[in-house]
Amino acid sequence: MKKSVFLGALTVAGLAAGAAAAATVDDVKSRGKLNCGVSTGVPGFAAPDANGEWQGFDVAVCRAVAAAVLGDPTAVEFVPTTGKTRFTALASGEIDMLARNTTWTFSRDADLKFTFVGVNYYDGQGFMVPKELGVTSAKELDGATVCIQTGTTTELNLADYFRVNNISYEPVPIETNAEAQQQYLAGACDVYTTDASGLAATRATFEAPGDHVILPEIISKEPLGPLVRHGDDEWGDIVRWTLNALIAAEEYGVTSANLADLSSAPTDNPEINRLLGTEGNLGEMIGLDGDWALKAIGVAGNYGEIFEKNIGESTPIGLARGLNAQWTNGGLIYSPPFR
Amino acid sequence: MSDTHEETIRFVRDSMLPQQEPPATSTGVIGWGRKNLFSTPLNAVVTVLSLALIYYVLSGILPWVFQSVWVADSLAECREIFLERWGSTEGHACWAVINERWLQLLFGFYPSELYWRPILAFILLLVAVAPVLFPWASNKLLVVTAVFPFVMPWLLWGGTIWTPLLVAAGFAFLYFGPKHGSEAVGSLAAVIISVVAALIWWMFIVGPLSGLLSGIVPIGLEPVDSRNFGGFMLSILIGVVAIGCSLPIGVVLALGRQSDLLIVKAICVGFIEFIRGVPLITLLFVASTLLNIFMPPGTNFDIILRVMIMVTLFASAYMAEVIRGGLAALPKGQYEGADSLGLDYWQAQRLVIMPQALKISIPGIVSTFIGVFKDTTLVSIIGLLDPIGLTNSIRADAAWNGIYWELFAFIALLFFIFCFSMSRYSMYLERRLKTDHR
Repeated sequence: MKKSVFLGALTVAGLAAGAAAAATVDDVKSRGKLNCGVSTGVPGFAAPDANGEWQGFDVAVCRAVAAAVLGDPTAVEFVPTTGKTRFTALASGEIDMLARNTTWTFSRDADLKFTFVGVNYYDGQGFMVPKELGVTSAKELDGATVCIQTGTTTELNLADYFRVNNISYEPVPIETNAEAQQQYLAGACDVYTTDASGLAATRATFEAPGDHVILPEIISKEPLGPLVRHGDDEWGDIVRWTLNALIAAEEYGVTSANLADLSSAPTDNPEINRLLGTEGNLGEMIGLDGDWALKAIGVAGNYGEIFEKNIGESTPIGLARGLNAQWTNGGLIYSPPFR
Repeated sequence: MSDTHEETIRFVRDSMLPQQEPPATSTGVIGWGRKNLFSTPLNAVVTVLSLALIYYVLSGILPWVFQSVWVADSLAECREIFLERWGSTEGHACWAVINERWLQLLFGFYPSELYWRPILAFILLLVAVAPVLFPWASNKLLVVTAVFPFVMPWLLWGGTIWTPLLVAAGFAFLYFGPKHGSEAVGSLAAVIISVVAALIWWMFIVGPLSGLLSGIVPIGLEPVDSRNFGGFMLSILIGVVAIGCSLPIGVVLALGRQSDLLIVKAICVGFIEFIRGVPLITLLFVASTLLNIFMPPGTNFDIILRVMIMVTLFASAYMAEVIRGGLAALPKGQYEGADSLGLDYWQAQRLVIMPQALKISIPGIVSTFIGVFKDTTLVSIIGLLDPIGLTNSIRADAAWNGIYWELFAFIALLFFIFCFSMSRYSMYLERRLKTDHR
């Protein structure tokens, strides 16, 4: 078996070399499964539950795409990736898309040859300090020891910020978030810095969350979003517009509660009709069924519902919408029109 | 009383006194303590300090282990129960996370209705190794040992039964080819031809033929994807494959390194030195990322298989050096003795050299095994969900975020059980084989 898998793989490799140019969407359809890269575990964004089912805000994007393309939100093979393996996994074709709180940057887009299809969470780097330190602003952190995850953009942001403000710090390099939490609680560092969503999630797990404050400064822009490989724009469009469909659904008031009503017959709002496929042929244009967006929204509701269920204020993570509110509510979440 | 010496000596005892009990201070617990713990003032001080340290450690650990919560839905609920029962959240274990996730830590995401398959594979493993490890096990069990390498993957991955059967049939080429072909074409040519025939069989015939046969007689198990493997099952799988394959490969490499054939020697030395010069984690990264880039997009070369190959190669190189140590320790007379009996190279190795060399190497071999088994946790770095990788995933569940020691304690306990049994077995084996020539 072992050997035959190995040799079979070599044979497949030979065959696949001839058909390497096949479109991702066709691969996904013929495979009947979407290979979606997620993180090995970030609270609220991606985590397997006790039954091994993946849950979370990033996972919901994978499920929505699977529903739109294959009509089945469970037809997803979740591939856990680490910060080090995520980009190779995508570039090599091991996964079809990556939804793993990955920051959209110039070099990742241009140099690593990926296409970021949008932003599903606007994050930014913040600081957490014990209340007893009496610090109210990051600018007062001169000489502080800072727990920082190595090899991430947060490390570079930190260096930039302290240099710009002409203050000094002493880094305590940490490998994982879990280790960082322990070190911070044990007093190995005065300050813990990572993305603000991560800080909130971390603080929520402390025995006395009230003893720690998250400083008001957000020192970086971390637009997190799903990404695909360069060079397959049809597939990129599918992932992009599936995400946009979730966002637009919230804007137009399409929720999992009224989805069945709104899609049963054309409504007065042509935009909703086009989105849900009761009018026009948007699905056909991206090579999917007319009710692709309907299926995507049907998995877990619109963007706002997914947000509330996984990371919203009613969850232990308790993130406010903030920048991630709809543009109509003063946030940055904005979908181009479905027209 | 005799009166012989009555005049010269006032008192002579001429009967033995009954033997007295030793003084209470030198017997029993007290005596043992005085002898071993308090024999000198320095020892007394050291003893008291050690006892204080042991008390300090245990007074922290024991309440943590036993004043704990087994049933709760989240860490927060655990903490509430701590407060209610003991008035503090410090120093109590929340075993509820193990209670909820132990199946996941053992089997990963393997479908729960199919748990019998890995369990059966594990039991078969124990049966299969018994005749190799213990003299009291019946040699008839060797049949299980021979069949196990084909049954184990079939049980774990599922699929049609024809694939393992046909793969096993491929070994017929290797067995009968040299046996019957040597008269026709000479022994070396026969070996080469049968190896090539077997490779062609495995590479090009097994796949289509098993597809064909399963179309006619569809006997099989429900296939399970490698991605669903995880937890201890994954560690044991990688560990067992690496341990099982590295010993024969290591023997061959060690012999090759001592060989007089220049090319064979160069290849073996190059392989061993290259693999030993590279950290395992690098090899794992090669397995997970670099191989992906070399192979065309869409290739699905199983990640667990890649990792197993890399770990096996790594273990083989170390094994080869351990066995070479055993070979080097044998007196030259043994080699000469074997030659003088007229044994050829393979006979000499099989009957004289290897049994002694392997005996000498047992401690080294077993510590390599233990090291390999523990090294399997490194796969968490490339995103495979072994027990260590799963701790991160479990912690990412909002209910359990912030829990550390309980998970690691559980994993450490299981690893300890495996590694300690291996080490005990090696001591038993050494005693049985009496290698120390005393």
